Amino acid sequence: MNTKKVNKLALAVIKLIAAVVVVILAFLLGKILLSGLPHVSWHFLTTPSRSFTAGGGIGIQLFNSFYLLILTLLISFPLSLGAGIYLAEYAPKNRVTEGVRMAIEVLSSLPSVVVGLFGFLLFVVQFKMGFSIISGAIALTFFNLPLLTRNVEDSLNNVPKLQREAGLALGLSKWHTVTKIILPEALPGILTGIVLCAGRVFGEAAALIYTAGQSATNIDFSNWNPFDESSPLNLFRPAETLAVHIWKINSEGIMPDAEQISAGASAVLIVAVLIFNLSARYLGNRLYKRLTASK
Amino acid sequence: MKKAIISFATLFLAVFILAGCSQKTSSKQNITIVGSTALQPMVEMAAEEYQQDNSGVSITVQGGGSGTGLSQVQAGAVTIGNSDVFASELPGIKASELVDHTVAVLGLAPVANKDVGVKSLTMEQLRDIFAGKYTNWKQLGGKNQKIVVINRAQGSGTRIAFENNVMNGQKMVKAQEQESNGTVQRMVISTPGAISYLSFSYINKDMTALKVDGVSPTVDNVKDNSWKIWAYEHMYTKGKPDKATQRFLDYMFSDVVQDNLVKALGYIPISQMKVQKNEKNQVTPITTTGKEQTNGSN
Amino acid sequence: MDPIREKILKPSKETRQDILGKTLSYASIFLIVAVVLAIFLFVASKGIATFTENKASLVEFLTGTEWNPGANGPNGKPLVGALPMILGSFGVTFLAALFATPFAIGTALYMTELSSKRSQKFMQSVIELLVGIPSVVYGFIGLTVVVPFVRDHFGGSGYGILSGSFVLFVMVLPTITSMTVDSLRAVPKYYKSASLALGATEWQTIYRVLLRAAMPGIMTAIVFGMARAFGEALAVQMVIGNATLLPESLLSPASTLTSVLTMGIGNTVMGTVSNNALWSLALILLLMSLVFNLAVRFISRKGKM
Repeated sequence: MNTKKVNKLALAVIKLIAAVVVVILAFLLGKILLSGLPHVSWHFLTTPSRSFTAGGGIGIQLFNSFYLLILTLLISFPLSLGAGIYLAEYAPKNRVTEGVRMAIEVLSSLPSVVVGLFGFLLFVVQFKMGFSIISGAIALTFFNLPLLTRNVEDSLNNVPKLQREAGLALGLSKWHTVTKIILPEALPGILTGIVLCAGRVFGEAAALIYTAGQSATNIDFSNWNPFDESSPLNLFRPAETLAVHIWKINSEGIMPDAEQISAGASAVLIVAVLIFNLSARYLGNRLYKRLTASK
Repeated sequence: MKKAIISFATLFLAVFILAGCSQKTSSKQNITIVGSTALQPMVEMAAEEYQQDNSGVSITVQGGGSGTGLSQVQAGAVTIGNSDVFASELPGIKASELVDHTVAVLGLAPVANKDVGVKSLTMEQLRDIFAGKYTNWKQLGGKNQKIVVINRAQGSGTRIAFENNVMNGQKMVKAQEQESNGTVQRMVISTPGAISYLSFSYINKDMTALKVDGVSPTVDNVKDNSWKIWAYEHMYTKGKPDKATQRFLDYMFSDVVQDNLVKALGYIPISQMKVQKNEKNQVTPITTTGKEQTNGSN
Repeated sequence: MDPIREKILKPSKETRQDILGKTLSYASIFLIVAVVLAIFLFVASKGIATFTENKASLVEFLTGTEWNPGANGPNGKPLVGALPMILGSFGVTFLAALFATPFAIGTALYMTELSSKRSQKFMQSVIELLVGIPSVVYGFIGLTVVVPFVRDHFGGSGYGILSGSFVLFVMVLPTITSMTVDSLRAVPKYYKSASLALGATEWQTIYRVLLRAAMPGIMTAIVFGMARAFGEALAVQMVIGNATLLPESLLSPASTLTSVLTMGIGNTVMGTVSNNALWSLALILLLMSLVFNLAVRFISRKGKM
């Protein structure tokens, strides 16, 4: 066989593989959306859930998922940004740094139930924070830190050295160079990290069962005072997220329409992730264009 | 960008601290209930209704499993621990420190895939299936189909109840294990030759609920113990419950909960039981004062 | 003092900023390390208690096959044979990685080399979407699609390592693919140009240049995918059968470390043997993850030479 034929064959194989993967993904998404979307209605999206009668919705759970995501990102993003900057810009190249890097990465393969139980014993019980959205957010932070930190570090490292030299040559401090030149340049990469983390937060159940809890207390959407117990913004109320709700009705749900609710909730979850990803990318790109000279 | 993030973080921290303070000064009485996932929906509903009439209490109900419930109530971390098993049945729990409140009775029934061709078993046959002595439905008069035993998780309340009432001290065969009624339900429906056991409320027409010794698994049969596979649902407190907790527990025993919620969720109201069972699985008929005994502190 | 001298000696605004920034980044890394250490210590102290307090034997833990921590064996020690779970975990993880790697690399190559920018963007967002599907949903799709498929085409009851690997294959695919895409993109453009200019075909360029240059990154991607597979519980648990039996074949019911851990942890009482034994499983997971990491580091160091 001559090289041209090999080339054609190999490229065909690659395309075939990609096609197979696309088919698998399309099948998965299609199955979830097709079986779920018929059950989704405005009523379904806005009413609170019911324990054992039909007709419950997912309104509170949907809100909780987004609120938890925002809280988690508020805690974990600044932390991993700082840590990522340290690892990429300041850390000396020695065994200690390697050790730190490794410790963070090992954290990422911890099963979520272990993180959940750790959060339960430490925050819920020891610090008396109770089953609350804030305990859940901190537990999820543990979860996200490895991926986000690694991502920030990688994105910073991918910015060419030239840019740093240029900044320093202008007499800017290292910090100034990092925050004003390197960071904006690394923004698209960091965004990928945020998007992946958001996916994990949306989809996580086991870690939240023990921390944010699995009950959705009735909240009053007209009360936005974060100190009031019925306020949606209250940090100390138990907050069942969409993924936890799906888990719960699948494992112990006895409402007659459990299967429909579970299918509908899964479809809504996917659409929510999609909306978040697209808007994060959109905002990120606008920010990127404003901060850098790119068109 | 950095500045925005820092200011966000500061703001967030401030809210967090303030909220923390306000939480501590809240005058509401907090009752935290943790434990059995099977009991959770019922207590959650009851708590919701209770809070509508009693705004002075805030009740949080969570799952986490009977073991978590009992160990946390023993440690004093939560007010009430829900459990599917007697506290004395779990190693590591000092049952004498805890006060039992049995709020409902849970009926369990062996279920099989629709196509196995068997509808009724004797208690002995049932035991031998789960002990691994029978491996094909043919041996029991059914189709030529391998028996797939689906068990519940080691140490789970449902499994302990089943072991106590069926296995008579025999060891169960090592088999597949699942942890929730919902998963077992789906697996029994979809797996040829499957057998497992479920709470009454999860049994539906897509599977066969097996008769045992000719008795059907119904609520009425549980009441007088002619259906023998049942267990209590417990709510444990550490020592005597305080006033607010006691009032909620009283509410759990009231007719409002027992006649509506308990029934709606497929449990059997404790007040309708004609027999009682102790942790050694001895069944005695309830005399007129029976309710006093089962309800511990009531 | 001389005002000029004072002005020169005083740290400039830039210096102060630099110090502030340095402090901030040092503080975050310090906090993260503290958190990591706390979790490690927590898991380790509970996991080791099985052997120190409950006197289980370590050898039995790693080689025994009888898992019933609540009961004592004939030698009076708790029955904590974790070998079935260890093998199960390894089995599904390696198989999943074995299935997923060619697909991930193929897809990544397609995305970076062969497709238009638009379809590339589209595929990337689809892959990111998959990360957000909860494990439970994967588990139920596995239960309704994969298990019957395996039962009909391979035999057995359908529950087993093979089904578990199929489900994990889909779950780790996004991770491995997106990381492989990143490392392929990081290969300098002029490598490719040089190779093509020499008259190499596209495939020769991909195979001899791009893949070789990106190899350390791809290995990292695979190991990250394996770590994810190793730690996954809910989805695998539903399709692997969850029996603490030594897997006889890929089609017989088996169990993994995480599935046994997740199922049992709520039913055991803290401080008892049964509970501690579960934490020992978590400790094994941590150690395994450490080994995976060391492997990655070793590979990428080798790749650099």
